[in-house]
Amino acid sequence: MHVESKLREPLITGGKNLHDISRDVSRRVEEKPSLSWFAALSVSLLMLSVGGYAVYRTLWDGIGMWGLNKTIGWAWDITNFVWWVGIGHAGTLISAILLLFRQRWRMSINRAAEAMTIFAVICAAMFPMLHMGRLWVGFFWALPLPNTYGSLWVNFASPLLWDVFAISTYFSVSLVFWYIGLIPDFATIRDRAKLSGKKVSAYIYGVLSLGWDGAAKTWSRYETVALVLAALATPLVLSVHSIVSMDFATSVIPGWHTTIFPPYFVAGAIFSGFAMVLTLLIITRKVYKLEDYITIRHLELMNIIIIVTGSIVGIAYITELFMAWYSGVEYEQYAFYNRVTGPYWWAYASMMTCNVISPQLFWFKRIRTNIAATFIISIIVNIGMWFERFVIIVTSLHRDYLPSSWAMFYPTFYDVGMYLFSFGFFFTAYLLFSKYFPVINMHEMKSILKPTGDKIKTK
Amino acid sequence: MNKDNKFLIGFFDDDEVLLKAISFVREKGIKIHEVYSPFPVHGIENALGYKRSRISIAAFCFGFLGTCLALTMMIGMMTIDWPMIIGGKDFLPFPTFIPVIFEMTVLLSAFGMVGTFLVVSDLKPWGNPVQFDLRSTDDKHVMAIELNKNSLSKDKILGILKSSGASETNEKNINK
Repeated sequence: MHVESKLREPLITGGKNLHDISRDVSRRVEEKPSLSWFAALSVSLLMLSVGGYAVYRTLWDGIGMWGLNKTIGWAWDITNFVWWVGIGHAGTLISAILLLFRQRWRMSINRAAEAMTIFAVICAAMFPMLHMGRLWVGFFWALPLPNTYGSLWVNFASPLLWDVFAISTYFSVSLVFWYIGLIPDFATIRDRAKLSGKKVSAYIYGVLSLGWDGAAKTWSRYETVALVLAALATPLVLSVHSIVSMDFATSVIPGWHTTIFPPYFVAGAIFSGFAMVLTLLIITRKVYKLEDYITIRHLELMNIIIIVTGSIVGIAYITELFMAWYSGVEYEQYAFYNRVTGPYWWAYASMMTCNVISPQLFWFKRIRTNIAATFIISIIVNIGMWFERFVIIVTSLHRDYLPSSWAMFYPTFYDVGMYLFSFGFFFTAYLLFSKYFPVINMHEMKSILKPTGDKIKTK
Repeated sequence: MNKDNKFLIGFFDDDEVLLKAISFVREKGIKIHEVYSPFPVHGIENALGYKRSRISIAAFCFGFLGTCLALTMMIGMMTIDWPMIIGGKDFLPFPTFIPVIFEMTVLLSAFGMVGTFLVVSDLKPWGNPVQFDLRSTDDKHVMAIELNKNSLSKDKILGILKSSGASETNEKNINK
């Protein structure tokens, strides 16, 4: 039973009732795709095909097509990998951690955020897989399968292998979590299609809804499943980026060998994930006219999370500098001195401006409740987070112990093309999702709406 | 066997009215077949007298299985089958096993639990649910009462449903 506070502002505005929610969300699935949707899809597909050429050349000619060299063995690709995985942290954080904390505002945004998570993780996984060069054999080397290559089982002491387990678990558990949430909403769309006599839609959404009937017994089990999944996914979210950070932290490279990496990476991941959720949802709510469900209040709450995580990230940057100086290790000191003042100073400066300074603007209520400002800052944050990974990876590698091997990294068309490919995939997937799947969790929205409570709301 | 059973159906617009109605109807000695809702109603399982779902036990068992499998796999490969010195570590470097143990535990627990849920709730792509009213996934709570399983007469049950706050009542023959 839900208690409605008279003091707290309602999360859904516009005096909606239960049927309005079904109608407003399902309508987007039922109507014919708009011209602007086709235009957006064409742009994404264009990006996908131009990027596809870069992927094809990478596979056919090898990763020599990239701008990597002997000194800098990880650059653009691993930057993209960490960036996408980071973005993929918001969805499950919103649906799992905020569920455990009973934050009901998550209900308007969790569906789209989880979808974004799943697509972002696919984009991320693409980079290390293609970096293996011969994907078709490399893929099997990463799994603990019996083989005839000699001694070798996979090395369970390596954080790179932990990553394989962490990301595949994270992907599959997030996918299941997302799908479980979709089942009752597919049933709503199925029944609306049945009522309006659309046989094909009724059949397709009937299959997708797995024969959901909404019985009290099923709902009771369903709620237990959702709660236990949230409890399982919460440490999982935190583990994934911790393990990604260990790819760096367990090495002995100055600039990477830092114990603060796990919490620092997790905060950065949530930071960039929320920024991407904001970018996508500001457009989605506008195009799909969902302003009553994703209100300014929702955007403001997400902006507050951005201030918190952005500040944690800022403190981490300063801690890194302090620890490098305080450690007394000259290699460590040089790595950071070079990071700030060396040839890549501009990357460091962009990172600092975008990630540490720009989110601080959200302290002003006028800025954090302004849609245009939020949209711009959300993009700036994601640019900054890309630079963060670039700074960590490239500036730590490009001047190693031997000055004769110092080098610079210059991306080729194929580096950029791969990045474009991931964007093409991401936007194509998101566009298909937002057209054919309900972008808002209808049954959860209904559970926070009180039909008889309208009198209180309109007072 | 028993086909074409007659069901009496009450529709409710509000979940609080529904919860009161469930208690009211059950106090009158009427057996409720099932209640169908568009969203989870808190406290409905208590009102209907359902036991707490034991699905979390399944989650624990599958999770434990994942832990055991991960340990068996890693000790089998790294310690027994082909021991190698990696970074001067032990042949059984337990701390480095922890991440994979954790991931496998979560993976099996989540998949095992969701699988159990789908099986016990009979959810499958080719599933053909019994639906008393299509609005039960939109905005109506639907209470179904099987006439044969109750001793009271049809009119009496419909009267009780009405007085419990049902906005609408109906009857339907369902082929089970």
